[in-house]
Amino acid sequence: MGKENDKVIGEVTSGEYKYGFYSDIEIESIPKGLSEDVVRIISGKKGEPQWLLDFRLKAFRHWQTLKMPRWANLRIPDIDFQDIIYYAAPRKQNTVDGSGEIDPEIKKTFDKLGIPLEEQKHLAGVAVDAVMDSVSVKTTFKETLAEAGIIFSSFSDAVKEYPDLVKRYLGTVVPYTDNFFAALNSAVFSDGSFCYIPKGVRCPMELSTYFRINAANTGQFERTLLVADEEAYVSYLEGCTAPMRDENQLHAAVVEIIAENNAEVKYSTVQNWYPGDKEGRGGIFNFVTKRGLCRGENSKISWTQVETGSAITWKYPSCILKGDNSSGEFYSVAVTNNHQQADTGTKMIHIGRNTKSTIVSKGISAGVSQNSYRGLVKVLRNAAGARNFSQCDSLLLGDKCGAHTFPYIEVDNQTAIVEHEATTSKIGEDQIFYCNQRGISTEDAVGLIVNGYAREVINKLPMEFAVEAQKLLQISLEGSVG
Amino acid sequence: MNNKDGISQRYLQLYNDNIERIRQNSSPLLNSFREEAIGKFTMMGIPDRKNESYRYTNLASFFNHDFRNVFMPSESDFLKAEEFRCDVKALDTHGIVLLNGFYPTLHDKLRELPGGAWIGSMNEAAEKFSSAVAEHYGRYLNGNNDALVHLNSAMACDGVFIRIPEGTRLRKPVQIVNLVHANEDIFNQHRNLIIVEKNAEATIIICDHTLSPGRFLTNAVTEIFVGENARFDIIRIQNEHNNAGKITHTFIHQERNSSAASGNITLHGGLVRNSTHHYLGGEGAESNSYGLYLSDKFQHVDNYVSVDHAFPHCTSNQLFKGVLDDMATGAFNGRIFVHKDAQKTLAYQKNDSILLTDDAKMDTKPQLEIYADDVKCSHGATVGQLDKDALFYLQSRGIDKREARLMLMFGFAHEVVQNINVEALRERIDSLVMQRLRGELSRCASCMLRCSE
Amino acid sequence: MLEIDNLWVAINGKNILKGISLNVKAGEVHAIMGPNGSGKSTLAAVLAGRDFAEVVEGSIKYMGRDLFDMAPEERSKEGLFLGFQYPIEIPGVSMVNFMKTAVNEHRRHKGLEPLSASDFLKLMRDKKELVEIDSKLANRSVNEGFSGGEKKKNEIFQMAMLEPRLAILDETDSGLDIDALRIVANGVNKLKRPDTSTIVITHYQRLLDYIVPDIVHVLYDGRIVKTAGKELAVELEAKGYEWIRNEVDRS
Repeated sequence: MGKENDKVIGEVTSGEYKYGFYSDIEIESIPKGLSEDVVRIISGKKGEPQWLLDFRLKAFRHWQTLKMPRWANLRIPDIDFQDIIYYAAPRKQNTVDGSGEIDPEIKKTFDKLGIPLEEQKHLAGVAVDAVMDSVSVKTTFKETLAEAGIIFSSFSDAVKEYPDLVKRYLGTVVPYTDNFFAALNSAVFSDGSFCYIPKGVRCPMELSTYFRINAANTGQFERTLLVADEEAYVSYLEGCTAPMRDENQLHAAVVEIIAENNAEVKYSTVQNWYPGDKEGRGGIFNFVTKRGLCRGENSKISWTQVETGSAITWKYPSCILKGDNSSGEFYSVAVTNNHQQADTGTKMIHIGRNTKSTIVSKGISAGVSQNSYRGLVKVLRNAAGARNFSQCDSLLLGDKCGAHTFPYIEVDNQTAIVEHEATTSKIGEDQIFYCNQRGISTEDAVGLIVNGYAREVINKLPMEFAVEAQKLLQISLEGSVG
Repeated sequence: MNNKDGISQRYLQLYNDNIERIRQNSSPLLNSFREEAIGKFTMMGIPDRKNESYRYTNLASFFNHDFRNVFMPSESDFLKAEEFRCDVKALDTHGIVLLNGFYPTLHDKLRELPGGAWIGSMNEAAEKFSSAVAEHYGRYLNGNNDALVHLNSAMACDGVFIRIPEGTRLRKPVQIVNLVHANEDIFNQHRNLIIVEKNAEATIIICDHTLSPGRFLTNAVTEIFVGENARFDIIRIQNEHNNAGKITHTFIHQERNSSAASGNITLHGGLVRNSTHHYLGGEGAESNSYGLYLSDKFQHVDNYVSVDHAFPHCTSNQLFKGVLDDMATGAFNGRIFVHKDAQKTLAYQKNDSILLTDDAKMDTKPQLEIYADDVKCSHGATVGQLDKDALFYLQSRGIDKREARLMLMFGFAHEVVQNINVEALRERIDSLVMQRLRGELSRCASCMLRCSE
Repeated sequence: MLEIDNLWVAINGKNILKGISLNVKAGEVHAIMGPNGSGKSTLAAVLAGRDFAEVVEGSIKYMGRDLFDMAPEERSKEGLFLGFQYPIEIPGVSMVNFMKTAVNEHRRHKGLEPLSASDFLKLMRDKKELVEIDSKLANRSVNEGFSGGEKKKNEIFQMAMLEPRLAILDETDSGLDIDALRIVANGVNKLKRPDTSTIVITHYQRLLDYIVPDIVHVLYDGRIVKTAGKELAVELEAKGYEWIRNEVDRS
C-alpha cells in the first residue's frame, strides 16, 4: 500500500501556486541599496515628522552593528542587503481625475486575489487595508469604523493623523534592538496598518490587512501596530501573496500588539507567500517579528497562523503576559513541501500572577522540506500560579522531509505548572485504507486526514478564512510525496 | 581577554605544565591522542552558556578555580581507599576502586574474571591489550563537539578497562567506586573503556564518592562498545558533596540487536553534568536511559541525553525526573535524532520535575529531530508540583500532609529507580531516596570511613 | 456475485490461505467460521484490497470483474463493504465529513449529483435510527474515543449509508454485549435485500442466531474444510473446533 499511496499522492499535480501572477503597474521606486540616505528618502517620501526619522536612524545605526544571524535549523543563502529596493510604490494609486477612485489596474490585482476593494462587494463584516509593495493602496470601511471610534488606517496615514498614539506605542513591544530583522524593519519600514480600539468597544467587523508583493527586487517591510484599550475586542487577519519569480525576495515585518485591562485581541494569519518552485528556486524569505504585550489584567492575545507559503519562514508570534490573569494563545499549522523551510513557534513569557498560555502547533512536512517547531515557555519568579500547556505534533508525508521539535521550558516559580507534549508520526496507512474502503480516493483521504489533523487550529480562524485555509492546505500538499 | 578565555587559559596552562609527566606516565596509545585533542580544546575553549548544549549550566562557577592536576596517588592514599567498603551490604559485585581517577598500584593491574572477562587499569590495558584497545579507544565520540571531552583525551592517564568476551554473561555486576581524596583542590580526569562483545552480558555500577571535603572537579569520559545481540546496563550513583563538581560523558555505541541501559542517580553534588549518548548503530538495537536528581542548597544538576537512531527498527526510551529544593537549579537537555532512512523508529522521551520552592529553578529542553517518516516519536516535559488531588486523597485516609508529600515524591522518584536491574542496589537506592527526601541523608551514611563525621 | 477460485495468500512468505474456493450468489448469506489464526480476517482483508498480504495464486471475480484489477475505493464504490474487526480511529475528522465524502463519491460513481447538505443530514438521521446509534456520535471524530460497541454499531451505520451489494462483516460480534449484538444483527437484517449478499465472519455461533446463514463454511488452517447448511454452526458450537481439528487430522 505504501508505495502505491506515495505514487498516487505524487501523481496529483496542478499544485501550482495560484497567486503567482504579476500585475503590470507603473511603479515608482528608489535605487537599490541601503544607507542613511535611503532611510531619509523613505521618511521624506512619507512626509514624516522628525521623531519618526530619528527612530529610523537610531534603528539603522544599530542595525549596522549587527550581523545576519545564523539559525540552527535553517539554511539561508547569503542575502545582499545592498541588492534590494527598499521603496517601491504604484505610481498612480488613484485615478487622475481626482475622484478618489482607485487605479483600475490595482483594483484588478486585488480582485484577482479575491480581495475586492469596493466595500459593497466585499465579504460582509470585513474591513481591509490593502498593501502593495511599500504602500497601502486602500483601506475600506474606514468611515464606518470611525463611527465606533475605531481607528483603522494605513500606518502612514496614522502617523499624520494620530501622531501621539503612534508615538506612544511604536517600538514598545518590539524595540528596534530586538533582533537583526526588527532593526532593519524599524529603519526602512514603508507602510502597514494601524489599529486602535478605544475603551469598551467591541470591533463590529473583522479587520484585515492584505499584503501583496508585486514589484521585482523589492523587499517588503511593513509594520503593524494594534492597540486594544481597556475592555476592547478586535479580531484581525492578515493574508499575503507574491508573484512567482526565480529570485528570492525578502519580507521582514514587525507586528506589535498591546492589550490593556480586560482587552482581547485575536490575530490570525494565512500566510501564502510564493514558496518557490519544485526545485527550490525563488520564493519569499519571510522573517517576521510578531509580539503581543498583555499589559492589562485579564487581557488576552491569541495568535492563529496557517503557514503554507514562503521559501523560508522564521517567525515566533509571542506573548508577554505581564498583567495578572492575562492569557496568551498560539495556534499554528505550518505546512512545508518541496524545498520549503519553516522554523516557527512562539514564546510565552509569564510575568504576572495566574497567567495562562496555550500552545497548539501542528507541523506537516512533505517533499524535501524541513519543518521545525521552536518555542519558549518562560515562567518568571513572581509569576505565581502560571499555567502552560503545549501540544506540538508533526506529521510526515514522505521519507525525505524532516520534522523537528525544540521546546525550551524555563520555570522559576514553584506554583507554576508547565506541560509539554509532542508526537511525530507518519500519516496512517490504515487510515488511508479505511477511507479507500469507504470509496474515498487516496488523495482525498490525505486531504481529509490532514485537515482533520489541523482542525483544532483551523477552527480558531474566522469562518470565511477557515474555508480558505482548508483549501490552501490541500493545494499546498498536492504533488507532495513522490 | 574575556573571562571565558581566561578560564580556558587556566586549563591550557595546566596542560602545558603537566604534559611531560602525563606522557611519561601513560601508554603510547593514550599519548597518541593528546596533541590533536588539545588542539581542538584550544580552538573551542571551556563551553560557556552561548554553547547551546550548555545553555543552562554555568561551568565557570566551578571551572574558574586553581586546581592541581593529579598524578598517581601515593600507596598510603591507596591503602586508605582500600578500606572503603560499599554500604550496600547485599550487593555482591566484582569491585574496582579508582582513587582520583587512578587504578591502585597494589593490585594486579588487570584481573581476569570467570568467562575470560578482564577488568583493571585502562593504562595497563592499553599496553597489554593494545590492539583491542586501539580498536575501540576514542572511536565512539562520534561527532563529539564538547571541548571537555577533548580536554579529557588530552590529559587523562588512567581509568577502568573492562572487556567481556563474546558470549560471556557476567553473573555479578562490576562495581567501580570512584573516590576522590586529597588535601588539595584537584582536577581529576579519567577515562574508562568498556567492551562488551557479541552475545555478552554485563552490568556495571559506578559509585561516585568523595572522602575529603576539599574542592574537587572531575571530568570523566567513558566509552562503551556493546556488540551485536549483547546486553548491557550501566548505573551511576552520585553521592558527593556541595564542593564537588562532576562532569561525566558517557558514549555508548550499540551494534545490531543489542540492548543497553544507562542510569544516572544524582543524590548529592555541587555541580553535576552528566551527558549520555546512545548511538544505535545497527538494526533492532534498543536503548533505555533514565535519571533521577534530588537537589537542594545551591546544587545544580544538568542531564544531557542524546539518542542517535542511525538504523531502522530501533527503539529508545528516556525518562528523567527530579525534585528541586531550596535554591537548587536543574537542567534537562534531551535529544532524539532520527537519521534519514531510520524507518520504524520508536522513540520516547520524558522529563518531569517538581519545584519545592520559588528559588528553585528548572530549565528543560526536550528535542526531536526527525529525518525519516515511518517513525513514532513522542516526548513530554512537565514542571510543576505534587498532584493536589492525590495529596488530598492520601490525607483523607488519615496520612498527615508531610508524610503524604513524601510518599508522593517517593512514588515520583521510584518510577525512575525501578529501572535499576540489580535488586539489592534498587532497594538501597529506594531507601537512600527516602532518606534524602526526609533530609536524613548525610552522604555515605554507613561507609566505614565515616569521613563526614 | 463473488467467485473465489483456488486462492492462495501469503504473509511474509508464509502461506495463510491455501486454496480457498467460494461462490456467493446474489441474495445469499454465507457464514465463515473458524478458530483463531485460521485465516478468516486475512480473507476479509484480501477481499477489501488491503495489501499486506500477497496473493500467490488464484482468482477472485466480483460482479464478473477481476477483483484484483480494482483499487480498494473502486471495490467500495462497486458495492463491496467491509465491516472492520478493529475500526480505525481518525482524529479530527468528523463522522459527518467522513460519510459525506464517502456517500458523494459513491453517488458520483453512479452518475448522481452530490446530496445537498440538508438531504445528507436527513439521510444520516434516518440511517442512525436503524442502528439505534447515539446522534451525538455524528459530531465526534471517526471512531475516536468510541467504545467497542459504538465502533461496531458505527460500522453498521456506515453500511446502511453506503448500501452495499456485498457486505463482509469481519468479527462484527466480537466485543459486543447481547443488546448491542441484537441491534447490530437487526441492522444487518433490515439492510438485506434479495439482490444483496452477506458474508459473516465469526468465531461463535451466537451472531448466527440473529443473522441466519444459508451456507456455513468452516475455515481451518487456510482451507475450507467443511461446507453445509446453517445446522453446521450449531453442530460446531456443540462439538467445538477440536472436532474439526480431529477430522482434518484424520483425513
